[in-house]
Amino acid sequence: MTALAHRYEFVYLFDVTNGNPNGDPDAGNLPRLDPETNRGLVTDVALKRKIRNYVALEKESEPGYAIYMQEKSVLNNQHKQAYEAVGIQHEPKKLPKDEDKAREITAWMCANFFDVRTFGAVMTTDVNAGQVRGPVQIAFATSIDPVLPLEVSITRMAVTHEKDIEKERTMGRKHILPYGLYRAHGFVSAKLAERTGFSDDDLQLLWRALTNLFEHDRSAARGEMAARKLIVFKHESAMGNAPAHLLFDKVVVERTEAGTATPARGYGDYRVRVDREGIPAGVSVEEVL
Amino acid sequence: MGYGIKLHVWGERALFTRPEMKAERVSYDTITPSAARGILEAIHWKPAIRWVVDTLLVLKPIRFESIRRNEVGNKLSADSVRKAMRSGRPGDVASFVEDDRQQRATTLLRDVGYVITAHFELTDKAGPDDSVGKHLDIFNRRARRGQCFQAPCLGTREFPASFALIEHDDPLPAPDPAMAGERDLGWMLHDLDFANGAVPHFFRARMVDGLIEVPPFGGQERRA
Repeated sequence: MTALAHRYEFVYLFDVTNGNPNGDPDAGNLPRLDPETNRGLVTDVALKRKIRNYVALEKESEPGYAIYMQEKSVLNNQHKQAYEAVGIQHEPKKLPKDEDKAREITAWMCANFFDVRTFGAVMTTDVNAGQVRGPVQIAFATSIDPVLPLEVSITRMAVTHEKDIEKERTMGRKHILPYGLYRAHGFVSAKLAERTGFSDDDLQLLWRALTNLFEHDRSAARGEMAARKLIVFKHESAMGNAPAHLLFDKVVVERTEAGTATPARGYGDYRVRVDREGIPAGVSVEEVL
Repeated sequence: MGYGIKLHVWGERALFTRPEMKAERVSYDTITPSAARGILEAIHWKPAIRWVVDTLLVLKPIRFESIRRNEVGNKLSADSVRKAMRSGRPGDVASFVEDDRQQRATTLLRDVGYVITAHFELTDKAGPDDSVGKHLDIFNRRARRGQCFQAPCLGTREFPASFALIEHDDPLPAPDPAMAGERDLGWMLHDLDFANGAVPHFFRARMVDGLIEVPPFGGQERRA
């Protein structure tokens, strides 16, 4: 595995129709809102969770792509059997210094777990080397426009407990957004990739995961979610060739009809523009999606 | 300090966790010297140099916001990894988030902007070809071009920091009028003393018209 030679940044656009992209545990599972602007939020960890889930699905039981932070719904026991069959032998050598041991453990974790090598992990050791900082970092995603959560009451025709059988049917609540287009910013550090062994193949897998992120994450709560755009900025040098915020500014998302009073209800109500003219030298733009 | 640097950093959110409130995290009012040092190190650092933060200028009014997230409770133990290495079964170390769920609230800062004024000192790891000028040049060049070792962050990695070098002769950005006057921010983390088992050191942060003077590390500060 050769490490990355370039720094990357990406702008990722996804939308939700009649669903809840990320519930807020503080607000009774209402979609997360930025209280100052009423724009919707999706946390970094919510997106990382879905990336892990996608990789677990695509790379099912392939060595080197295990997921450390698993969701039970994704797990299947074939994993273990496959590993037993492959039988990666990695006898720890007796090393004199604690630090070397810690480094060995870290290296093994990076080699075997996709999420450790991508996002990092914290391991309890006395030495600092037990912490992995991953090359990929994602910030909170924010919706382009303010969103309005709707509360939809639903009924259930069955009851949980037998003693309730004569009572009224239970009512439940769903919180949905009629529509929301979200924008997330991400960073890939080549220098940290070097340290965890995050390779070009892993990067392609990350792009694939983002492209198909919601295709395998259907549920009653999510409604229709879709990845709409993935714009990647590739820097010539490993350290980068331009400030990240200048590159992010080159991606402009606006309403097709400026000044319309009606709220957006579909991706067609938005236009995404990449100002290719203004891209600094040494940076190339690629629209992966 | 003829070789000081000034860096403008800003971002939409920031979280400089108070050590006394870190389970349900509450941020300090402003960036700490240790977080500022981390930002500088994300742009340029070598074992030969040590960054020293001189002043912190707070440009925007201090505002908080709360967010609650699902987090995991436990750290990966080295023993379980060692066991899995021996058996060659990575699946054994996997952690299931459902079994280990904790919901934690975070009180974070919104819409922040700071000017970090800092200089660096050479450490005893400096070799013969480590000159002050060389490292200063590297830092300035990277900061000017927006280059960095890794994306710097405002406290935690989900809150990335944008940064721009303030050239030597350029005026500093003016703080918001709301920052006028003197404010006592109380005891604030200065930095960790890594030479002595990561002992935290604190200082009494006073903000005058947005400006916080950071005392020298190991000087008058008290130990926690």
